[in-house]
Amino acid sequence: MNNLEKLTAHEASRLLIDKEISSVELTEAVLARIQKVDNDVKAYVTISEEFAMQQAREADDLISSGDTFPLTGVPFLLKDNMVTKGIRTTCSSRMLEDFVPPFDGAMSERMKRQGAVLLGKGNLDEFAMGSSNENSAFFTTRNPWDLSKVPGGSSGGPSAATAADECIFALGSDTGGSIRQPAALCGVVGLKPTYGLVSRYGLVAFASSLDQIGPITKDVADNALVLGAIAGRDFRDSTSLDYEVPDYSKCLHTNLSGLKIGVPKEYFVSEMEIGVQEATMESIKVLRELGAEVEEVSLPSTAFSLAVYYIIAPSEASANLARYDGVKYGLSSLDSDTMWEALEKTRQMGFGDEVKRRIMLGTYALSAGYYDAYYLKAQKVRTIIREEFNSIFKDYNALVMPTSPTVAFSIGERLSNPVQMYSSDILTMPANIAGIPGISVPGGFSNGLPIGLQIMGPALGEGTILRIAYAYEQATEWHLVRPKL
Amino acid sequence: MSNDEELSLEDVKHIALLARIGITEEEANDMRDDLVDILKQFKILNRVETSGVQPTGHSVDVTSVMRDDVVKPSYAREDILSNVPDIEDHRIRVRAIFE
Repeated sequence: MNNLEKLTAHEASRLLIDKEISSVELTEAVLARIQKVDNDVKAYVTISEEFAMQQAREADDLISSGDTFPLTGVPFLLKDNMVTKGIRTTCSSRMLEDFVPPFDGAMSERMKRQGAVLLGKGNLDEFAMGSSNENSAFFTTRNPWDLSKVPGGSSGGPSAATAADECIFALGSDTGGSIRQPAALCGVVGLKPTYGLVSRYGLVAFASSLDQIGPITKDVADNALVLGAIAGRDFRDSTSLDYEVPDYSKCLHTNLSGLKIGVPKEYFVSEMEIGVQEATMESIKVLRELGAEVEEVSLPSTAFSLAVYYIIAPSEASANLARYDGVKYGLSSLDSDTMWEALEKTRQMGFGDEVKRRIMLGTYALSAGYYDAYYLKAQKVRTIIREEFNSIFKDYNALVMPTSPTVAFSIGERLSNPVQMYSSDILTMPANIAGIPGISVPGGFSNGLPIGLQIMGPALGEGTILRIAYAYEQATEWHLVRPKL
Repeated sequence: MSNDEELSLEDVKHIALLARIGITEEEANDMRDDLVDILKQFKILNRVETSGVQPTGHSVDVTSVMRDDVVKPSYAREDILSNVPDIEDHRIRVRAIFE
């Protein structure tokens, strides 16, 4: 069988269980694909080839014994901010360039239990802070649809790798849009779950009240499959929800009768490209044809999300990143004379510009005299944003809007202007602020570049948004168009 | 939220000190420009009436999770020490804290 790397996870799983292919064959095909295209795409920080082949052989043994899970033998990529025992975990930062974790995080552990095959670690904006992947301390991942464009961020490596068939699926993390925005820009499916659905144990912390791990996949059925494998309570994450995870694959219907979907007018921001706006309007027609009742709604506090996010996320980051002191692990300035000098030099050398900017911003927002005006104010507005969502979900099953106001932009275009870069996530941040799930699904093209359609649902409404995404995907052909590499 | 534009170079250096990030004069200048631009965006929050509104720390209701205090094996000492930048005789070497 040829072109095994093009398979989706559910296709690969069926072929593996039916013994039409082996995990070794599949893993070799994906590794060959990485060899062929990753010099151009640059999605991987670390390729763990030897480890992958060993896991593939073990998966084939499991399959022979009939003891399988849905992802047994399926090769995947982890964003490089999820710790992997014995495989370096860098967060694409100089600070952790040589850090080899002595333990597995929850995702690595769950994937091992499934018998999935880890191919390596995907590039990201340093410590997941960024929307273009250009903040990686190592190199910028490129968009498989046009190598002069960014893949989005911060899960740029995982999204680009999924689009370029350099993995069968990937896991990313999303603090303000870091799964959905790059998934949209790379033409793949990305889901940010409800806060607390997926364990954050072993996810290097950025903003703890906003971070969530989720699947990045080639289609919606895969997304449901992978979400089912990673969701569920973990006592090592005290914010993990006590919730019985449903079989998300059973939620995938092609009829949307009986569903009410809102289109919040505030998401159609002035900086939105006309191509994105038109594609979204076309998508809304498709949802209507599928039986959904779609109406315009209003979420008046949407405009405050950016400010709320850029106060809360850097504040939490400034506290979380205080641990990088060059003593127990990570980069260390060894030639300093005093403790304070060593600490300051370590952090000066180890962190890139954007990470420093956010630590400084957070430190300022939390400092004496400014706490009430910034941090506390932002937390109160966060309540208002949450309540607006809660109230709209009393009348509507889901909301749809574009994922990103623009298609993939050029490498370098927004790098010198932090405020413009921050606005890249303007349509995704509200879901993190409210803790609700959101999915981006391929929703058209503009100038040959993919557009993402975003669907948000109420807390623990993953089944509903997956159902809408699936019905939309099955009624359109956007997900079948692949980049030419 | 009033003095954003007046964020001085000295303020920036003070924040860097609080954050324990070494910063050069030039870096402090660039950082000041960036921070002033970003802080301007935050003024929009002055438009929101928040008196009587409770702050949200977490988007889901979080309660303390307790577990039994059971002794469990920890990681091997060599594994834990394998990432330490400065080691002497199987111990983490640090600089003097008191001068």
